[in-house]
Amino acid sequence: MSEVQISERHPLDGVIRTDRMPHIWCAGCGIGIVMRCYGQAILDSGIEIKNHVVVSGIGCSGRVAGYMNMDSYHTTHGRAIPFATGLKLANPDLMVTVFSGDGDLAAIGGNHLIHAARRNIDIKVICVNNFTYGMTGGQAGPTTPLGAMATTAPFGNPELPFNLPFLLSAAGANYVSRWTALHARQVRQEILLGFNKPGFVFIEVLSPCPVGFGKSNRIEDALAELSMYRDRCVLVDKDTRIEQVGIDLREEREIYVGNFVDRDQLPYTPPRFKEEQ
Amino acid sequence: MHGDHACAEGALAAGCRFFGGYPITPSTEIAERLARRLPEVGGVFIQMEDELGSTAAVIGASAGGARAMTATSGPGFSLMMENLGLAVMMEIPCVLVNIQRGSPSTGLPTMAGQSDVMQARWGSHGDYAIVAYAPWSPQEMFDLTVLSFNTADRYRVPVLLMADEVVGHMVERVEIPATGEIPYWPRKRPIAPPNGRFLPFLAEDDDLVPPIAHAGEGYKLHFTGLTHDAFGYPDMTATTHHDLVTRLKNKVGRNAKKIIRVDEYYLDDADIVVIAYGCTARSARRSVRLARQKGIRAGLLRPITLWPFPEERLKELAMTVDSFIVAEMNLGQIALEIERIIRGPVKGIFHAGGSMIAPEPILQAIEEANGV
Repeated sequence: MSEVQISERHPLDGVIRTDRMPHIWCAGCGIGIVMRCYGQAILDSGIEIKNHVVVSGIGCSGRVAGYMNMDSYHTTHGRAIPFATGLKLANPDLMVTVFSGDGDLAAIGGNHLIHAARRNIDIKVICVNNFTYGMTGGQAGPTTPLGAMATTAPFGNPELPFNLPFLLSAAGANYVSRWTALHARQVRQEILLGFNKPGFVFIEVLSPCPVGFGKSNRIEDALAELSMYRDRCVLVDKDTRIEQVGIDLREEREIYVGNFVDRDQLPYTPPRFKEEQ
Repeated sequence: MHGDHACAEGALAAGCRFFGGYPITPSTEIAERLARRLPEVGGVFIQMEDELGSTAAVIGASAGGARAMTATSGPGFSLMMENLGLAVMMEIPCVLVNIQRGSPSTGLPTMAGQSDVMQARWGSHGDYAIVAYAPWSPQEMFDLTVLSFNTADRYRVPVLLMADEVVGHMVERVEIPATGEIPYWPRKRPIAPPNGRFLPFLAEDDDLVPPIAHAGEGYKLHFTGLTHDAFGYPDMTATTHHDLVTRLKNKVGRNAKKIIRVDEYYLDDADIVVIAYGCTARSARRSVRLARQKGIRAGLLRPITLWPFPEERLKELAMTVDSFIVAEMNLGQIALEIERIIRGPVKGIFHAGGSMIAPEPILQAIEEANGV
């Protein structure tokens, strides 16, 4: 047996602001896993780090911008996508990724989300979906499953949640996938694939929020949520109907993961008449 | 040239290369003109889904180094207040044009107002300072749009061009300077190369303005709306917060002398001074001229910068002037600021908006003040 090697370096040291560690996330939170996947995908992308930009909104996932060692913009609640839109259109050479949460992207930023998908703006959106507003302490949001408990839904959530892949597909996104924090390799691969896919890419990653969601919904801890993912996740196939991949955590229903939409629509291109006219 | 078009041409002359906007009367002609004109110069025009997104896109484009703007009117201006605060906090230059109409709410979409001038100063939450100009002619729609971009870049601050429907829809002669004669004040840029330790929020100069680096230049910078330190990193402490917010406010205050612009008529010997801005100042100038013909020593002070307000000049005048008359197309907003500065009452000629204030009521107020 060879001697154990202890390294002072982490493979992601180059892309993480190590001086900002420790991060703010709770034990068991899945955001760190997704951030690690994003960092690895950046290293694997072959694109210079100076050409990667991360834009976040508000919330726990929004803090990712502060931890990535690259040009990063932590914007207002819900506005990461339009901010990224302006940044990308003014600097088409940049690889612009929006890293934010379900509440930020699908509730307060929902209008921007569907319109960016409709335009097929060439930005990559990583949406960590933990079914709740974690930072503010576990309120119901646009992805909270029907009946789930939340501090603002003390009798169970009376609203139906968004089926995000269905929403994004209908809105016109070029590429839509869903994975979970358990699927670190797939998430990394999917982000890398997204970098090489022109147009609007949306990657939903289900993530435990043991403090804000799990505790009040009889999910013992983060591991229990991850094993629930393992037990229930089903890979999408040609018979899967996207309108039926919404998530209902209460029942023993499948959680569909994989790639739902892969189109080759031309990304949004601003009109240029300088040469022609 | 049409006032809104003069604004669009001023933006192009200033090097604006990004417009993100949402149609709203009476500002839409700016968007329409730029939708045609920006692609001709290699710029980007995008119509966003709302004014929240417009402003975010403008700040994003500017963060990438482009001179960027949007244009709106009252209801859209309210939505822009959110990201105005972000631009203040991130110190990302941008230009927001408000062609004011009768307000509040949907108000009078096709008719003039000047009732967003206090919103321009205080509309976003928190303590901050911005620069706001009030043009009174299509020529100034051009000139002050150029100046807005220059001021925004020079001080890393959002600049608001607070026009009104009358000026926006007015057609008058506009002289456009030759390309080489358009003033251009560049952004202050880092001296250190990207591999060094550049602090994007450390203001070492007396003007309190730190240099700015853009996305893609290799500086690996962090910009946040959270309270942050000199690195741009979040720092949730009362001292950092106080220092940051104080600097952001003083950044405009300390440079106020350089920023402030006024226009003056017959003030040298004036006993009675009318203060008016935007389209109302056109009526006021007429009133003052008529009063002079009647032998009344009246003058006009026209603030071109509403914010920062020309406080020092007003204080000087207050030493010798007997009475102040403030005319504005709202129910008394800038008048409050003036009463604060002169520490006394003014005679207000106010109208909630919808039609321009005519010279007659202002002249009448001058005559009444003269008879006292």
